[in-house]
Amino acid sequence: MRRWLRRARDLRVTLWTLIVPPTTWAAHFLFSYLWAAISCAKLGAWARFPTAFAIGTVAALLVIVIAGLIAWHQARTPGAPAPHDEGTEVDRLRFLAYSTLLLSGLSFIAVVFTAAPVIILSDCR
Amino acid sequence: MSLHAQDDPQLRKDQEARLRAVWKPPSGWFFRWTDVNNNRIGVWYTLTAFGFMLFAGVLALIMRTQLAVPDNDLVSANTFNQLFTLHGSMMMFLFAVPMFEAVSIILLPQLLGARDLPFPRLSAFGYWSFLLGGVFVGGSIFFNAAPDGGWFMYPPLTTRTDLSGIGADIWMLGLSFIEVSSVAAAVELIVGVLKCRPPGMRLNLMPLYAWYILVVAVMILFAFPPLIAGDLLFEMERLLGWPFFDASKGGDPLLWQHLFWIFGHPEVYIVFLPSIALFAMLIPTFAQRHLLGYPWIVLAAVGTAFLSFGLWVHHMFTTGLPKISLAFFSAASEAVAIPTGVQIFAFIATLWAGKVKWSVPLLYASGSLAIFVIGGLTGVMVAIAPFDWQAHDTYFIVAHLHYVLIGGTLLPLFGGLYYYWPLITGKTLSDRLGRIAFWIMFVGVNLTFFPMHLSGLEGMPRRVFTYPADLNIGWLNLASTLGSYLFASGVLVLVIDLMLSPTRKKAPRNPWNAGTLEWLAHPDDEDWGIRSVPLIESRYPIWDQKDFVAKVDEGRFFLPDAEEGRRETIITSVLDAKPVSVIRLGTPSVKPMMTAVALGAVFILTTYHLYLLAAFGGVATLGCVLWWLWDTAAIPEKHEKPIGHGIDLPLYIAGPAAPGWWAMFITMMADATAFSGLVFGYYFYWTIHPNFGADFAGPGTYWPMVALLLSLASWVATVAAREVHSRGAVSPARALLVVGALAAIASLGAGLRSLDGLDPQANVYPAIVWVLVIWTVIHAAIGAIMQSYTVARSLAGRMTPAYDADLRNITVYQHFFALTALIAYLTAGLFPEAGL
Ligand code: HEM
Ligand SMILES: [Cu+2]
Repeated sequence: MRRWLRRARDLRVTLWTLIVPPTTWAAHFLFSYLWAAISCAKLGAWARFPTAFAIGTVAALLVIVIAGLIAWHQARTPGAPAPHDEGTEVDRLRFLAYSTLLLSGLSFIAVVFTAAPVIILSDCR
Repeated sequence: MSLHAQDDPQLRKDQEARLRAVWKPPSGWFFRWTDVNNNRIGVWYTLTAFGFMLFAGVLALIMRTQLAVPDNDLVSANTFNQLFTLHGSMMMFLFAVPMFEAVSIILLPQLLGARDLPFPRLSAFGYWSFLLGGVFVGGSIFFNAAPDGGWFMYPPLTTRTDLSGIGADIWMLGLSFIEVSSVAAAVELIVGVLKCRPPGMRLNLMPLYAWYILVVAVMILFAFPPLIAGDLLFEMERLLGWPFFDASKGGDPLLWQHLFWIFGHPEVYIVFLPSIALFAMLIPTFAQRHLLGYPWIVLAAVGTAFLSFGLWVHHMFTTGLPKISLAFFSAASEAVAIPTGVQIFAFIATLWAGKVKWSVPLLYASGSLAIFVIGGLTGVMVAIAPFDWQAHDTYFIVAHLHYVLIGGTLLPLFGGLYYYWPLITGKTLSDRLGRIAFWIMFVGVNLTFFPMHLSGLEGMPRRVFTYPADLNIGWLNLASTLGSYLFASGVLVLVIDLMLSPTRKKAPRNPWNAGTLEWLAHPDDEDWGIRSVPLIESRYPIWDQKDFVAKVDEGRFFLPDAEEGRRETIITSVLDAKPVSVIRLGTPSVKPMMTAVALGAVFILTTYHLYLLAAFGGVATLGCVLWWLWDTAAIPEKHEKPIGHGIDLPLYIAGPAAPGWWAMFITMMADATAFSGLVFGYYFYWTIHPNFGADFAGPGTYWPMVALLLSLASWVATVAAREVHSRGAVSPARALLVVGALAAIASLGAGLRSLDGLDPQANVYPAIVWVLVIWTVIHAAIGAIMQSYTVARSLAGRMTPAYDADLRNITVYQHFFALTALIAYLTAGLFPEAGL
């Protein structure tokens, strides 16, 4: 685990990595909506335990957690002292990583929010 | 101190003279309007949007006068319908969105220390489209021809030509035209933020305004195209009778609601985030300290942008969708409160930590935040479905939406106006009049809209032109009307203040003592944008970097000269703003204006069913675009040029480092999003109609597959052409491009062939197949034009293996085209056959 994380530090951070967590939320949201719309329209209901939905949710949360872990590690790359707002390579890396970490948090909450109704409501009406 | 060339005052004078000459605006009663400098276009843009806002405001006053007392008959029901439709549509499409683009077009070049954004001609094109389309839509009310279906234009009442007049076409076509210009501006802004930052301005040093604008421009890219797709279906139904929203022929009016609100909800944030961005600039200035929580703000902007795309169905809670779907959207609606709250807390914390100067802009900022928060709270209420079932389409909603829009868009813009007026005109506005105007408006807004919560709960539906006296809401409405006049008089005070401004004396430079780059602007502005492009080392360079202003002014940073007599700016890398190239910018030209007029003709003539003339307009547009493109990406007279400090930069770049490549990529993202709107329509019909695709003949499998293979061949030929061309094999590359163009044309034929025997008026299934195929076929035609154009460029010596931007850009197009063809033809040819 440690070693994997250390390796994560060398991953190239770009503007695209920043949007991985919220994109995962978006994909999960779209998936949930389509899954509900199609199963309600075509089957009229979903099976007792919505397996596809559960798998999708766990997968989304997993991606978000991994993105967050990597970002968390990258955000702690050693370098100049706080407040980390210099124009250096490290500070730019830390900024992107920290923002990604925050976005992971938000996306995690949002995915949980989306999943909650399925547990609470249990039919299409 | 070392002796530096820039120490020589004569040299500096000469440089300034050269810059002044290059950036001289065109003169003459007509030619001054061919200017393409974003500084100037931005000002025209802002004034025009402001004018539309005042116009739409007058419409609101007429409505409020009508509603002042029960059973009033000042205007007829018909006129009232036109009034609220035009008021809402103009405020959203002709004021709020264009205003943010206009302001950004002025501010961004200065904030980014660029001479100008990369595509000044594109901005000019956007402006002229906006003006034309806006006058067309807004003017319709004088001919009793304004749209009257409400700003969301729900079918089927609006698609039935016997129930709605030409107004619906004016709305669809006029506003589609304006959406084109909004997307154009978005492309300019995105590429500007990503590629035109000054050296050293890494992503973590970027002014927050630029972050917000980047985010919002990307949102436009994903929000507007679904609406354009919807507009397309809508007009197909109105003009050709293809039954997309006609339930009797398998269509469904709900599809319009989906496409509209996939646009409509993000739209609310598209108009709100730029105002927050203005706060992010002015709050640090008046707190005299750095904004706290920079990454938190970026989180909030990006997070809001994403979540806002998951909210559209909360406008459709009462349409009978499955409750489980409603719950997803309700959850997302509650989640979006988190990032919104984060931004507001970052501002409050900054003010708390600083020593605050209570100036007029800050007054507007805090006042509007207070109003916005009230609107946000009622928003959380209506995001809960059961409450919404009670309040839906009552005046409660009108109250909520105006609290949000006035607190979140209008008043912040006024705050920004007071803040940035000295930057743009060199004069300050009156402190006293500003405060008076603010308090009048603040009281006016609350007096107008607070009673509406109550009248809504009492049962007053929105969009009614009058109400009976025994509903007992007369006094609430009277209060609202008085409030609206009060608000209008506040706006009047502000306008008077603006009018008096020319008589006032010059403001000092950087009058608020701000720390960000845009305040380098001098009261006697020059057209060159910035004297020399600075090296950035911190977020507030004017505060933090020693002698910063003097060094910029003395041309001690980069690109202080225009030796070759060309307009130029520096292009840098996306992440770290390392300088990569110098590009030549467009100079004044009639082409943008002519293109806008030609394109406008297409939309406007179609409204009046003058199809032949509209087709001429289309050909003229194509001609203008090609003529315009012909002198872009020109091969420079030399390879590199020095920008000072011993750095030499190339004068030509191609591929992902080049702004042109990004522009193509971004435009194609918008295009692909519009296409997904159409595909969404196809599968939407499939989910809700058990017999979709079964009762009517489809295109079969054969011809769609042929068309698909030919389209892919065109794509492969282009990619191969790019590869061999870059290895120096010019003739084979040309041959491959010709093959590609021929394959594209053949795919066009095969695509059309597959539609044989399908009657799009009979049912929604053949109609949507027609739309998917036509869309793809048109893209094949455009692809063939691009391939031929590239061959012509090569033959004319305007493209060589070392200078191959054209070829690289059309390859980007081809990637997207291949994807489109794949999805369209597989859907049309295989999907219903697969027995689903
Ligand atoms: C003092 C200023 C304003 C007043 C008095 C006002 C008044 C009104 C009134 C009376 C309606 C019609 C409600 C109905 O009958 O259903 C309305 C609708 C609307 N307003 Fe405003 N408004 C103002 C400012 C704004 C602003 C600044 C915006 C947006 C930036 C805006 C956007 C809208 C929209 C989108 C609608 C919905 C139109 C529709 O139902 O189709 N308004 N407003
Ligand atoms: Cu909404």
